[in-house]
Amino acid sequence: MKNYVIIGNGVAAAGCIEGIRSVDKESKITVVSAENYPVYCRPLISYYLEEKTTLEKMNYRPADFYDVNGCEVVYGKNAVSVNKDEKKVVLDDGNEIAYDALCVASGSSPFVPPFAGLDTVENKFSFMTIDDTLALEKAINKDSKVLIVGAGLIGLKCAEGIVEKVSEITVCDLANRVLSSILDNECAEIMQKHLEKNGIKFMLSDSVDKFDGNRAEMKSGKIVDFDVLVLAVGVRANTSLVKDIGGDVNRGIIVDDKMQTTVCGIYAAGDCSEGNDISVGQKRVLAILPNAYIGGNCAGINMAGGNSEFSNAVPMNSIGFFGLHSMTAGSYYTEEEGGELYEEKTDTGIKRLYMKDGILTGYIIIGDIARAGIYTSLVREKTPLDGINMDLLKKNPSLAIFSPEISRKKVEGVI
Amino acid sequence: MKRVYADEKWCIGCHLCEYNCAFANSGCDDMVKALKDKEIRPRICVEDRDKITYAVSCRHCEDPICVKSCISGALQKHDGMITIDQDKCIGCLTCILVCPYGAVSENGTGVVQKCELCLENSCGEPACVKGCPNRALIYEERGES
Repeated sequence: MKNYVIIGNGVAAAGCIEGIRSVDKESKITVVSAENYPVYCRPLISYYLEEKTTLEKMNYRPADFYDVNGCEVVYGKNAVSVNKDEKKVVLDDGNEIAYDALCVASGSSPFVPPFAGLDTVENKFSFMTIDDTLALEKAINKDSKVLIVGAGLIGLKCAEGIVEKVSEITVCDLANRVLSSILDNECAEIMQKHLEKNGIKFMLSDSVDKFDGNRAEMKSGKIVDFDVLVLAVGVRANTSLVKDIGGDVNRGIIVDDKMQTTVCGIYAAGDCSEGNDISVGQKRVLAILPNAYIGGNCAGINMAGGNSEFSNAVPMNSIGFFGLHSMTAGSYYTEEEGGELYEEKTDTGIKRLYMKDGILTGYIIIGDIARAGIYTSLVREKTPLDGINMDLLKKNPSLAIFSPEISRKKVEGVI
Repeated sequence: MKRVYADEKWCIGCHLCEYNCAFANSGCDDMVKALKDKEIRPRICVEDRDKITYAVSCRHCEDPICVKSCISGALQKHDGMITIDQDKCIGCLTCILVCPYGAVSENGTGVVQKCELCLENSCGEPACVKGCPNRALIYEERGES
């Protein structure tokens, strides 16, 4: 019998639990949960405000999940340190939990730049947790003027979630475009126009210089008066537990393809971890839910003595606003970097396929996203394009792009 | 587990499987009422490669990336079959982003749909297979691990 300990109770932790249980049905699993909720679907918090889901439906797993999987969850406690020599996790109440194998799935925290005068703002919120969401829900009303700092995924989903419930939303960002981590200028412009049509105002290439109560003085000199402030500048991986004991840490906790950190017996997964992004061949934090589950699951299997690798992680996002969807995956190499671009524009959208060295390295689609997963699989599997029908590939994703032998295997075989 | 397999040797590209799928999942007991003058949204799709045709639907993968990637916990694997809880789905379309077979689609009401082998509707067995005029779709167990 082993003692498994998981620090964190998000989707990576759920993946880890299910990974452990696929190998070891008996040993004890202890989960340290800072938040007082069973594992929930974090990206759904904006849908909750939009009333497209409920707190109950946001549960990621059924109510008996921990019981069925023989887990003890320690709610409302933070792990403050790891004693790697004695193999113990120390909690903020002084209690210690012994482990044989440990998974750090501690997630990330909102990054708040040191804005001058931020302490004078009364109604300020982050947008990461259920508690953030419930607090924001209480603070807004139909007359609220909301300023959101950050035009990334979190800030814009927040804007979409509350636009019907408030009077005005302004989103500012230092970047010159919305969703700058996943979209280039032209694609971002399409999304921005669509968001503007739906009532969101933007101040891009601009940020707050200082706050004075409910007033923001922007770097450009403009003034924004607001009632509610949402800070969605970015997130930072929670790495200190591993960093403090000498484990390799960059922006995230460095892991190999087995999700092992550089400290013996300690694994990491989810938004706190930094593994290989095969679309660039470098270590990167890929803070997306699919990778959290897959990485956590892989870690769990290995912790329990199984053998699993997560060796095809790429950035990939599906995100829609007010009915317009965008899908992106991989990396976009410019012509100067040796990349080749195929582009197709329609009235409402755009498709861009980025190729380099005979493979599809990435793509951006806004609008017609049907069957885009076939493109994503080419990126993740680094499928050589010399066996692919390029005319069909460009037109529409389908299995017909593959050679007859391969497409036949896909529909006739057990996958 | 029994799955739906396509045999391109026998597929004549008639697209009947698509109509039977849309009808079986319409909740309607009259095919005309269910499909006439409507944009059908089948969960199976006939593809054409150099005049060779074959139908593609959910492969019910043993290691399903759609389930692992689902941000709402709506996609689940039960006894080998991948199901979608449309009440839990919020239409983020991450499953469409990741499915290597293009077998998950939007259902037109803001959530996704996929083949559930007609075990979740009143048909009880895959309508695409039942209605295939040339036995180009087969519902059987193959190479189980």
